[in-house]
Amino acid sequence: MSISLKLNNRAVKLDVPAGVPLLWAIREAAGLTGTKYGCGIARCGACTVLLDGEPIRSCVTPVNSVEGKSVTTIEGASGATARAVQSAWEKLDVVQCGYCQSGQMMSAIALLQHNGSPTDGDIDKAMSGNICRCGTYMRIRAAIHEAARIKEGLTHAER
Amino acid sequence: MRSDSKIASVSRRRLIRTAASAATGLVVGFYAPKNNGFFATMLAESLDNVFAPNAFLRVAPDNTVTVVSKHSDAGQGIYTGLATIIAEELDADWSQVRVEPAPADRDLYKNLQFGSQGTGGSNSIVNSYEQYRRAGATARAMLVAAAVDRWRVPSGEITVEKGLVRHAASGRQASFGKLAQAAASVPVPAQVTLKDPKNFTLIGAEHLPRLDSRDKTTGKALFAIDFSLPDIAIALVARPPLFGATLKTFDAARSKAVPGVLDVVQISTGVAVIAKSFPAAQQGRQALRIEWNESKAEKRGTPEFLAEYRSLLQQPGAVARRDGDCAQAIAGAARTLTATFEFPYLACAPMEPLSAVVRLSANQCDIWTGDWDVSGVQDDAARVAGLTTQQVHIHTLYGGGSFGRRGNGASEAVEVAKAINGRFPVKLFWTREDDMWGGQYRPMYLHKLDAGLDEQGNLIAWQHRIVGQSILGKDPNWILDGIDNTSVAGASNIPYDIPNILVDLHSPVLGVPPERWRSVGNSHNAFAVETFLDDVAHAAGRDPYQFRRALLTKDPRNKPMKLVAPDRMKPSLFAKFPRDRQVLELAAEKSGWGTPLPPGKGRGLAVHYSFRTSVAQVAEVTVGRDGGVKVDRVVCAVDCGVAINPDVIRAQMEGGVAFGLSAFLYGAITLKNGKVEQSNFDGYRVLRMDEMPKVEVHIVESLEAPTGIGESVVPPIGPAVSNAIFAATGKRVRTLPVSPNTSGGGLY
Repeated sequence: MSISLKLNNRAVKLDVPAGVPLLWAIREAAGLTGTKYGCGIARCGACTVLLDGEPIRSCVTPVNSVEGKSVTTIEGASGATARAVQSAWEKLDVVQCGYCQSGQMMSAIALLQHNGSPTDGDIDKAMSGNICRCGTYMRIRAAIHEAARIKEGLTHAER
Repeated sequence: MRSDSKIASVSRRRLIRTAASAATGLVVGFYAPKNNGFFATMLAESLDNVFAPNAFLRVAPDNTVTVVSKHSDAGQGIYTGLATIIAEELDADWSQVRVEPAPADRDLYKNLQFGSQGTGGSNSIVNSYEQYRRAGATARAMLVAAAVDRWRVPSGEITVEKGLVRHAASGRQASFGKLAQAAASVPVPAQVTLKDPKNFTLIGAEHLPRLDSRDKTTGKALFAIDFSLPDIAIALVARPPLFGATLKTFDAARSKAVPGVLDVVQISTGVAVIAKSFPAAQQGRQALRIEWNESKAEKRGTPEFLAEYRSLLQQPGAVARRDGDCAQAIAGAARTLTATFEFPYLACAPMEPLSAVVRLSANQCDIWTGDWDVSGVQDDAARVAGLTTQQVHIHTLYGGGSFGRRGNGASEAVEVAKAINGRFPVKLFWTREDDMWGGQYRPMYLHKLDAGLDEQGNLIAWQHRIVGQSILGKDPNWILDGIDNTSVAGASNIPYDIPNILVDLHSPVLGVPPERWRSVGNSHNAFAVETFLDDVAHAAGRDPYQFRRALLTKDPRNKPMKLVAPDRMKPSLFAKFPRDRQVLELAAEKSGWGTPLPPGKGRGLAVHYSFRTSVAQVAEVTVGRDGGVKVDRVVCAVDCGVAINPDVIRAQMEGGVAFGLSAFLYGAITLKNGKVEQSNFDGYRVLRMDEMPKVEVHIVESLEAPTGIGESVVPPIGPAVSNAIFAATGKRVRTLPVSPNTSGGGLY
């Protein structure tokens, strides 16, 4: 069947069976591979995307449940928050193997969109669903704080 | 790939061909002098003016310097490291440097310690340092020679800095790109002078941006699981439910009826379902009806292994080290201590499960993978596909973590491609459950330690017995007098000045496949040694730091001992003296060792030498009333020779702490009647954001040859935290993992 949704701000029709996890529709039908498979049971966060701005685990989200909605992946992450997160990640060289980082960044973007200056406790709460086996947690935390500062600067500049 | 990407993922062959045929055309490079194998083909095909001092870099007219990495990068930062080494000797500007993975070519790109092309043992920088420096220096000398020819000035008056070749007196200057074509026709110098390390500007630079950061923060970085080709099919393999079981019969009818399933084939490891999509392959695999032959399968579980190991723990084993007479010294000791330790199986569990893409034709096999055993993948593929190794082309992509896993995940994919006669390209990957059930674990081990103290509290005897599977099996290159060095690494080579030492080993054979989990034997041996030494220090009424320090005042390399190890390992069995003591002192100083902590908190330390590197860590923990352990802070000191990329070293240390803590707190693979009980990250817990301590890293300044980092950062964290828990509570952790919600031990 064909599912219509907004993927990275573009209307798309994905030809996939209903019930297929959104993750595989994104990776295989839409060909966007920045969103990763890590566990398939919503325990690692590598597949995190934004659904109407909220972070979800796409590996357990049936594609038909997002019909007509807006999905954002790492490839489509844009706007002041996303730019701040990406430049903070790069500035602090957060990545090691990098496999989990799309999911980490999508969770961080969602956090910063709701909370412009998160505390360490806020970060723990928002980010504990995302596993990193390389153990980049310390830098992710620092990068979220850095992104909050960058975003504030960007927002001021754009005013 | 984006045009500004720092990492090329297309094959070298294609890159060259594309570049050479472009209008502005000539990519002038410095290539292999031995026109053999891959390069011979490439040169004959596409380029006339290519000259070849080495296979590790090229300079293009667009002024980019492309470094060819013979090592795979699974996050450890080796791409950036090797590029730094070449850029340093070349005097390139960091912004002009790119990296691409080497093709498979054992002659050109072998790991000089392995003799085959591959990445492991934390030796990538160790084995490449001189080689890559020389490559950079050779290229620099040729660029200078080209400038001399062009400007007719003495070479001594030419300087090179940040990618510019200059003659100050005449005001002439040229970029590398401008000189590249001319440099290609300069004779290759037989000798080059390497820099004095004290003049390094890029090596050791405080923050040199990683070359992979941009791609990995935009979702553009390609892992094998992401790679695609037209008409690609997805393959999942149904593997036996027990280790050692084999396929008896299978019925694929229901599976083939699943929409999207293209074929079902038998391969050596099981039954492969090939489909148009992952969901279809998964459904197809579930629909298979398979009967397994379990007659030779391992049907025992953790309780049975424990019983066998406990019995072996009471019997003398093969001797790995003997100094003096341990039995006599213990018999005559004023005081003795004993302790046993239990370590579970551990899964490597990299975030990207094993994956590979294979395209097979009658005379060529192309493989896209992040596997680290490149020569092994190539040899296996050639054997399976019935091709020569030269017909097997490996396109190395990023590895999504390794930690020991991902040596050779591609062979199954080649088998599948062969079974369908190459009808379509195949992407084979493992689900998380496949990976968790797939073996290749850090083996389970039991240890027993005995110590003897004299009347003054001096440690006079140390006996350490280890029981656990040999990882390297029967390989005569590695097994000597019944000792697999990977089982005793970090135990048989303890540096402490103890007069009587005996280390012995049992290597029971069982059916669970073992693997070299990050830091290998050091992962359990450091824990047993460093926590038991803590017990001994307390028994002697001594401060654990001062106690260790006093045992590190003599160079162990001068001590008479019988230590069983292959000759080639002997030069690096012990740290250069007194590095161990120096890192211990540095960590103690930086951590504020000895200063008071509030109640419920404790501080512990451990020092360990592995992979040629000395690391000390001091951990501070808080233990809650419920026994919950929170690690607050870890202060690390490391001596790894010259620090190529200090920030990458810090990152590895931070990650090593997280990796070791995951194992200490939660890590355990257990078996019941031969079946693995964990299947995913719910049952196999790993550290998460809220549990990550603050890690501080202090790198000893050094201009000596660099040593290994990726694994050496892991061993000390477990014992440091365990010793901190002891300091806080008086309770000693001897069964891992700590967490009470697994089948392991637990604090309370």
